[in-house]
Amino acid sequence: MTGILGRKLGMTQVFDDRGNVIPVTVIEAGPCSVVQVKTRDKDGYDAVQIGFDEIRKDKRVTRPMAGHFKKAGVSFFRVLREFPMAELKVGDVITVERFQKGDRVTASGISKGKGFQGVMKRHGYGGGPGSHGSMFNRAPGSIGASSFPSRVWKNKGLPGRMGRRKVTIRNLAVVDVRPEQNLILIKGAVPGPRGAYLELRKEG
Amino acid sequence: MEMIRSVEEAFVREIPPFNIGDTLRINVRVVEGDKERIQPFEGVVIARRGSGIKETIMLRKVSYGVGVERIFPLHSPVIEKIKVVRRGDVRRAKLYYLRQKKGKAAKVKEKEIFRR
Repeated sequence: MTGILGRKLGMTQVFDDRGNVIPVTVIEAGPCSVVQVKTRDKDGYDAVQIGFDEIRKDKRVTRPMAGHFKKAGVSFFRVLREFPMAELKVGDVITVERFQKGDRVTASGISKGKGFQGVMKRHGYGGGPGSHGSMFNRAPGSIGASSFPSRVWKNKGLPGRMGRRKVTIRNLAVVDVRPEQNLILIKGAVPGPRGAYLELRKEG
Repeated sequence: MEMIRSVEEAFVREIPPFNIGDTLRINVRVVEGDKERIQPFEGVVIARRGSGIKETIMLRKVSYGVGVERIFPLHSPVIEKIKVVRRGDVRRAKLYYLRQKKGKAAKVKEKEIFRR
């Protein structure tokens, strides 16, 4: 498996060689440094911890974190993530060159927050008629039976906070990779607003 | 933002200047099997929208009595060449009213260019 961290820059479109328009998300991915290698003996599992988005001002790093970075001999980073990657040493650099055109990748990120939403938007409930004197427009309706179970079932979809949760989209096609700009172009949309951090993973 | 622009720039092409109401002849590359040929499409520009790589134009022509409208992404590699055939004299940016007109009323007046 290959993993890299990136930042969503936004969406645009490109043309393929047949003139078709392809919607793409532009992601600035890497370079990421390996900050720590976790081993089965020491940590109970195998993984590498990689950092992305360098912090240039030392002041912004807490002392325990600074120690963690100093030990690895790498610069300070804003994001740290673990990936089960093998054959990497502390200080190794991961770049977009590990990905190429035509690869299928998985993207994870934090989706846009939608605030407090009703059941129609949040859970896809049908709602009621909009007019003809109907007074049942966007309400959830009945939320359960009566004497049995005498309570509302767990996981019943009700209004509440929507979005701003981790969303993973699989099988996205890599349209182009530009190592000189650390850019990767992915077909379609990925979670989160512009500027959001993303994890990109590729099998094999 | 600049990074996205740099991605788009690679696809941006040189477009000859034209206005809404002009009649354009666009040579379209058509791929049939493994053969490629050029098919011209001539029509009046009735709308132009978007900017940069996303810019599109809508051309309208009446072919054998049937109105045909085609939308082209301006920077599409499918477009081999754009030629301005006739300058039109119009007063609005979207010429959707042409759809309701027939015969002579559906014609766009030619722009007279005065030279000193």
